Amino acid sequence: MLIFTLRRFSLFFFTLLLLTMLSFSLSFLFPGEQLINLTGQISASPEQLAVLANEYQHHSGLLGQYISYLKHLFQGDMGYSMTSHLPISNEVLNRLPATVELASVALLVAMFVGIPVGFCAAIYHRKAADNLILTIAMIGYSIPVFWLGILAILVFSIQLGWLPSSGQISLLFEIKHITGLQLIDIILSDSPYKWQAFQDATRHLILPVIVVALAPATIFMRLARSAMLEVLDTHYIKAAKAKGLTFSQIIYRHAMRNAIIKVIRDIGLQFANLITIAMVTEVIFSWPGIGSWLIESIYQRDYTAIQGGLIVLSSFIFIVHIIIDLVYAALNPLAREPRHGT
Amino acid sequence: MAYSTLKYYYRFALLILVLSGCDSNEALSLSKKSIIYCSEGPPESFNPQTVSSGTTIDATSHQLYNRLIEFSPVDNAIIPAIAKSWHVTRDGKMITFYLRKDIQFHQTRYFMPTRALNADDVLFSFNRMLDINHEYHPISGGKYPFFQNAQLASLIDKIEKINDHTIRFRLAHADSSFLANIGGDSAVILSKEYADELVELNAMQEIDMLPIGTGPFKFKQYSSGAFIRYEPHSNYWRGKSELKQLVFDITPRDTARLTKLLAGECDVIAYPIAHEKIKQHPNLILESVISFNVGYFGFNTRKPPFNDPLVRKALSYAINKQAILEAVYTGQAEVANGIIPNSSWAYDARITSQDYSIATAQKLLTQAGYSNGFSMDLWAMPVQRSYNPDAITMAKLIQADLQKIGVEVNIVSGYEWSTFLRKVSEGEHQSVLLGWSADNPDPDNFFSSLLSCSAANTGSNRTFWCNKKFDQLIQKALKTNNINKRKAYYSKALKLINEEVPLIPIAHSKRYQARGNSVKGTVLRAIGGVDFNGVTKN
Repeated sequence: MLIFTLRRFSLFFFTLLLLTMLSFSLSFLFPGEQLINLTGQISASPEQLAVLANEYQHHSGLLGQYISYLKHLFQGDMGYSMTSHLPISNEVLNRLPATVELASVALLVAMFVGIPVGFCAAIYHRKAADNLILTIAMIGYSIPVFWLGILAILVFSIQLGWLPSSGQISLLFEIKHITGLQLIDIILSDSPYKWQAFQDATRHLILPVIVVALAPATIFMRLARSAMLEVLDTHYIKAAKAKGLTFSQIIYRHAMRNAIIKVIRDIGLQFANLITIAMVTEVIFSWPGIGSWLIESIYQRDYTAIQGGLIVLSSFIFIVHIIIDLVYAALNPLAREPRHGT
Repeated sequence: MAYSTLKYYYRFALLILVLSGCDSNEALSLSKKSIIYCSEGPPESFNPQTVSSGTTIDATSHQLYNRLIEFSPVDNAIIPAIAKSWHVTRDGKMITFYLRKDIQFHQTRYFMPTRALNADDVLFSFNRMLDINHEYHPISGGKYPFFQNAQLASLIDKIEKINDHTIRFRLAHADSSFLANIGGDSAVILSKEYADELVELNAMQEIDMLPIGTGPFKFKQYSSGAFIRYEPHSNYWRGKSELKQLVFDITPRDTARLTKLLAGECDVIAYPIAHEKIKQHPNLILESVISFNVGYFGFNTRKPPFNDPLVRKALSYAINKQAILEAVYTGQAEVANGIIPNSSWAYDARITSQDYSIATAQKLLTQAGYSNGFSMDLWAMPVQRSYNPDAITMAKLIQADLQKIGVEVNIVSGYEWSTFLRKVSEGEHQSVLLGWSADNPDPDNFFSSLLSCSAANTGSNRTFWCNKKFDQLIQKALKTNNINKRKAYYSKALKLINEEVPLIPIAHSKRYQARGNSVKGTVLRAIGGVDFNGVTKN
């Protein structure tokens, strides 16, 4: 397990190194002065620029510049946004929790819906239920997310008026920013309208979560289905059948646990996909997350924000990926040491 | 494992049930007592003295502040506000305001007033704008567009404090539109006590960003470009608002504003689209007010053939205003009978515009000696304004109309806006499509600026029509304070315009707003824009 963990961390380290190189080289590739692209100080006076040039070792070689860039990065200094003139790190800390909230709730929904349905499909293999589930999964997977989002607003907000179409919570509720995760902040707050605020925030969550969760849920369905089929085909299931266990005993005691392990490994991979979907969804539902912020900064040509957002978002995805890998390895000894299996 | 998964599902289902079920009684409290207004843009400042943009005025002027006098929402007549009464001397040069004694400033987390409003606050608010040596004058850029446009600095000789609750303005010359200017959206009263405190704290620029006023709502929070949160002012002298909160949700996209209205996220929205859809909706109301503006077709009366009033009149019969209204304003306007919209007190219903009649036009044209018609240039303004959203299309419609009486129109367009205005004020045009938006509801704002001889000299009278009788009428109207006499003078002036036709008024555009039917009260006003005083929700 230790070696496995170390291996993952060394991978993480090198990937991050590559990412920072990419981000650093972006500051050269974007139009305009490289130093300004890197720091975001568009209205700095020549004196201030000289100080900055010194700080970022602008006059030494590329390697020196890159190392001083890394130093700033590790101190949490990603420069200033060219549009709002606020530190990028502040903006990111304000925005990232909203994305985490949306993505994690969507991931949970996708798992709790997708995996059981996938298992059902496998159990009823080649029967009507299986075909129906496969069809739904195929359709769900093919629907473009922006279209689904707009359709959801059209039906549930505009036509039916059931659910709100934008934002994280109604502006009427004043919730202090503590963790940034809206639902937790509401519980921590001392507002007299706590319960109303919680309901309101939940209502705001429903549509974006469904939109984000749909595609991953259908993927989980298919993964769970094939994992289950594979397990059901193994010798130990046949042995269990031969022992005379009932069908539900076989499924619940033997098959399900082993099939879930196989699915968990892919959750990490799906997370990157989910964040991409969440970014588009954030724009449609005016969700104040990092995705809509990043897309907005692309529109505004806010180069510093693009570089900072890129690093933060990709390291976030990578960290989640590693955590899920570790969980998977903890659950499944086979993954830690391939020797055991063969 | 199976059991626990089921238990999860059970809990999840229970949570959803609980969330949806408990909606009944408690929810009445916050959202039913608060209003969310979806506005079209962020304010530039929280002090309407320093800006003239409608968006800023909407967000601040009537929510946070009061003026010495204000305009009645019904007929735009002047009504008392901070000044409970006022007196104008016979020569019109001295105006004394008697202030109410019970007006309290906002209590906020950044300022606690220790006294009620008095003459010092009024003096401070005006001197900040008028006195260029005032310590607060250069704060926030030192520009006071509305006051500088109205040339109040040269009009007001002196402002005197008679006692704590009496203040006197001495004017350089009589000007009956003075009161209308004092009641304008930008003439708000600030707190001197707050300003002094900021000087001590060395944070003078905060006066315009963390506002203190006397209005129905007080400032709570502004999230730049996202929303403004106001709370009711509990000691408001007209009575505390029943609302718990007033939130301005800044939503620049018009489709997003409509969606939010339909989804119930906004109670009121500015500048709605899809009017038909809103009208059909059972829970929504579409409202409009006629703005104080006019879009017109003006003739250069110094150039032939338009130096002949008969020709001008002939053309006025040939223009199908109704068709223009539908095509150019998409119905969001009213046919202009005169240069004054009907929401002004000077409007005279007896004076109507010329009917659309090709035969009459032809007859008049023959009388003037142009039975075979002629050819003319028509300059169309190159920008969109509420009084004329599409001048090129309007020009094409007029071209088609005039062709029927044998007049050939060459449309002149393509000049850049500032070049266009310069050339027009120099009189290079033969005829022009332009308009005028009033700064205050005083009718003089239309007459003097559009058609007086002095305006012809400065070039702001684009028709260069200079009529001695007309000028005498509007001068007389300015010298008296008797509103009935003024009305009579303006009626005569309107009649004169109707006979001489220096310009053909085409339309007064409307401003729209949509809201849920649970919002009660007047929100939208012809002058001053949005005002949430006295608005309730049930």
